[in-house]
Amino acid sequence: MNAALNTLKRAVFGLSLLGLAFQVSAQTQVDDAWVRGTVANQSASGAFMTLTADSDSKLLSVASPVARDVQIHEMTMKNDVMSMGPVKSVDLPAGKAVKFDPNGYHVMLMGLTGPLKEGDSVPLTLTVENAKGEKEVLEVKAPVRALTNMEGHDHSKMH
Amino acid sequence: MTALLTRRKVLAGMGVLGLGLLAGCDTRGQLSYKYGKDLSDKILGRTFKLKDTDGNTVSLSSYRGLMPMIFFGFTQCPAVCPTTLARAAKIKKLMGKDGDRLQVIFITLDPERDTPEILDAYVKAFDPSFVALYGTLEETKATAKEFDVFFEKVPAGDTYTISHTATSYVYDSRGELRLGLSTSLSAQECTEDLLTVMEVC
Repeated sequence: MNAALNTLKRAVFGLSLLGLAFQVSAQTQVDDAWVRGTVANQSASGAFMTLTADSDSKLLSVASPVARDVQIHEMTMKNDVMSMGPVKSVDLPAGKAVKFDPNGYHVMLMGLTGPLKEGDSVPLTLTVENAKGEKEVLEVKAPVRALTNMEGHDHSKMH
Repeated sequence: MTALLTRRKVLAGMGVLGLGLLAGCDTRGQLSYKYGKDLSDKILGRTFKLKDTDGNTVSLSSYRGLMPMIFFGFTQCPAVCPTTLARAAKIKKLMGKDGDRLQVIFITLDPERDTPEILDAYVKAFDPSFVALYGTLEETKATAKEFDVFFEKVPAGDTYTISHTATSYVYDSRGELRLGLSTSLSAQECTEDLLTVMEVC
């Protein structure tokens, strides 16, 4: 029983080392990336994800072949008025998971080259810069989820 | 002859009013909502005229007998518009059979980019019963003003995005404004308040 557990522990440790090896060049982790689907002729949509940098960094820009222009926007709600607009960069404090979701920051894909269908995969290229001014380029494949999904609404509820 | 017709119209009007009273539609301002904002003291949305995606000119009275829930937005909105429409679709399901009387109406604040084709495909992706309305930029401005809805273009690169009021406005089946639902409410919370409106009218 114990031996089995130890073997398992060793295996997990080994795997985590392997994980570390892959992470050496990438200081920023991207989780749960997805893009909202569109209907025909809709020319913009949003991309969402969670970014975690291992040292104080900032997300400088995002590019994608599916859109003519990709911008980072911030959405805020005040008195039920939704305000939106582009931001120059987004701070990624060391070790903190920064969410890009329908309640705050998001990546705007503008001037779409075609409709985004559920199940498609959208390549995103993220440029992150750390405090030393070193740039890191991350390639992400974000799956397209249904236009109608409620991600970021029910999950934002605290009860 | 003309006078007679007018008298008939008046009588008919009184009859309709009487029916309304009998049906218990006279409790303006007396309903208590658990989550939404009571808007029954406000007069909003009485005179707007816009087009639906089939090109028909419609006003609030076009939806008499149904419970209209009106939301303003634009299809290039990545966050609050789709989540609010998805919530509306969920509300309709949660309401069960009563959901057949809920008429979700999406009014575009971006008539320059939201063509009737895009609007129709967009709202119907959420629920086939949802309708989208549009007007000229002037009509859109006038409608927003009538609802006290704020909206403003925000430059974004060589294009723009739109900041706007995200409240859903709920009318009873006689076209009386009842309720304002904030985007922070869940589908379940909205459903409870909508059923309260339905109990009276």
